[in-house]
Amino acid sequence: MSLNGVLFLIVATTVAASAVGVVTSKSIVRSAVWLLLTLIGISFVYFLLGAEFLGAAHLIVYVGGTLVLVVFGVMLTAGGPFTTLANRRWEWAVGVAIATLLFGILVAASLQLGANTPSPIGDMPGTGALGLAFLGVPDPASKVGTSYLLPFEIVSVHLLVVLIGAAYLARAKKRAKPND
Amino acid sequence: MLSLFTQYLPEPLAIVLTALVCAGLVVSFMGVSALMFIWAERKISARMQDRLGPTRTGKFGLLQSLADGIKLITKEDFAPDGADRVLFRAAPYLAFCAAFAGFIALPFGSGVAVQSLSIGAFFMLAVLSSEVFGVMLAGYASGSKWALFGGMREAAQVVSYEVPRSICVLVPICIAGTLNLTTIGQQQIGGFWNWYVFHDPFTFVAFLIFFIVATASCKRAPFDLAEAESELVAGFHTEYSGIRWSYFFMAEYGSMFAMSGLAAMLFLGGWHTGVLPYEPTEAFGSWLGVPLNACVVIGKGTLLVIVMMWMRWSLPRLRIDQVMMTCLKYFLPISCVLLLGVCVWQLYVPKAVGDGVKWVLAGGTITSFLGVTISLFRPHQHAPAGQLPGVWGK
Repeated sequence: MSLNGVLFLIVATTVAASAVGVVTSKSIVRSAVWLLLTLIGISFVYFLLGAEFLGAAHLIVYVGGTLVLVVFGVMLTAGGPFTTLANRRWEWAVGVAIATLLFGILVAASLQLGANTPSPIGDMPGTGALGLAFLGVPDPASKVGTSYLLPFEIVSVHLLVVLIGAAYLARAKKRAKPND
Repeated sequence: MLSLFTQYLPEPLAIVLTALVCAGLVVSFMGVSALMFIWAERKISARMQDRLGPTRTGKFGLLQSLADGIKLITKEDFAPDGADRVLFRAAPYLAFCAAFAGFIALPFGSGVAVQSLSIGAFFMLAVLSSEVFGVMLAGYASGSKWALFGGMREAAQVVSYEVPRSICVLVPICIAGTLNLTTIGQQQIGGFWNWYVFHDPFTFVAFLIFFIVATASCKRAPFDLAEAESELVAGFHTEYSGIRWSYFFMAEYGSMFAMSGLAAMLFLGGWHTGVLPYEPTEAFGSWLGVPLNACVVIGKGTLLVIVMMWMRWSLPRLRIDQVMMTCLKYFLPISCVLLLGVCVWQLYVPKAVGDGVKWVLAGGTITSFLGVTISLFRPHQHAPAGQLPGVWGK
């Protein structure tokens, strides 16, 4: 087995084991730590595939952003009823059934795609090509370029509206309190 | 190094061996530099407070950190009763791993990097920002309210300072047109006036803002709210002792150096001395050029770390609301203006004006730097007995 295969096996085992850990651990903070391992492992898979930008973006968005917010939220609400999770037996059964079903569908779909053996990777295109393609600057070889700038702008403005709306709602609630 | 090992070993083993050697080099660099920085911090703080600092252990107290290290290793590895023991034990390693991974992309010379990533600057930002996770977990898992407060402050502070930090990194990257730190270093070849910090007024200010924000994201004073000893005992590491405590400090000094190295790469010409008009590895050969390059990078990084220490012992600690206000009300708008400004400058300012501004900035900075250096060597002023010298005497 090649070195890449061995490394992938180690990383994939870690990701799978810690994903199980996310579901089975009782404390929310522990599951967040298992989730941290899962997400770092997935970014390692990206690095193994040579997609450095995607791997680093994955780290900065999920580990540096989302997970920190999760743990921050748990810390602020610690002591409440949600720090430990106790699942009933039927909840386990339903969860396991749905997970098995999803896993089966994914395995069937990926088997249908067939063994995809990509040609050995040469020099990966840097972020510059990615950015130019994103802006719709035509590729010098094929002279075609599709701009993703407008959809991207629409989505960002949408997110901004949601953000301002959320801030407004949280503010209004706070203001109403002294009047009670 | 890889080609050297592949001569004697099959390729997979050679890759593993290269990785181990690189990791060993980085860990030993972090360890040794942490020892020296801690000694320097104690000496500098002593100097600034009119004390002597460590003097008994070796010449100038140089072995003090080593003695402290031995003491820390022999201390009991202790976890409090209310702690979440697994997370409590894992947190220092998490913080250390983040600081360690930051060195993967940091070049110590032309082509001398553990891995010359095509997105080096972005990778360093991503990895160094995840150090906060170790600190937060330490705060949570300690089961102590002081530690929890420290961890929460750290989370709020680092997550907000990440935004201006990333925008300030974008400013020189707009000029360089690449995220590859090795390429950015190569672009600043020649005299110090080619360094990106002197490129235009916006990068000049961006360097200052980046340095302040980097200090905050390394939780150094005046932004060390996470371990404010006057209010929170010792913040997130209240319950830690022994070797686990020292891992936090290795991570802190490691990330201080990594941030300073990133600043040196992006703004201060990387491994270029600023006086040699050619690439040292090409002119002197790799046996002389590579050590010279590494010395220059380490020298620039150390200089910036010493400035961080200077700030720590000069400025009083901010309050948490002041820390957040400084970031969100001042640094964030300033860095956005800088980003816009540098784009406009690149697009519309003619080359003659740009070169003129570059000369003025570089000349002004170097003149004031030399002026301050020369003024240090002026003879001491002697005051008559019972009076203070200089301005105090009047």
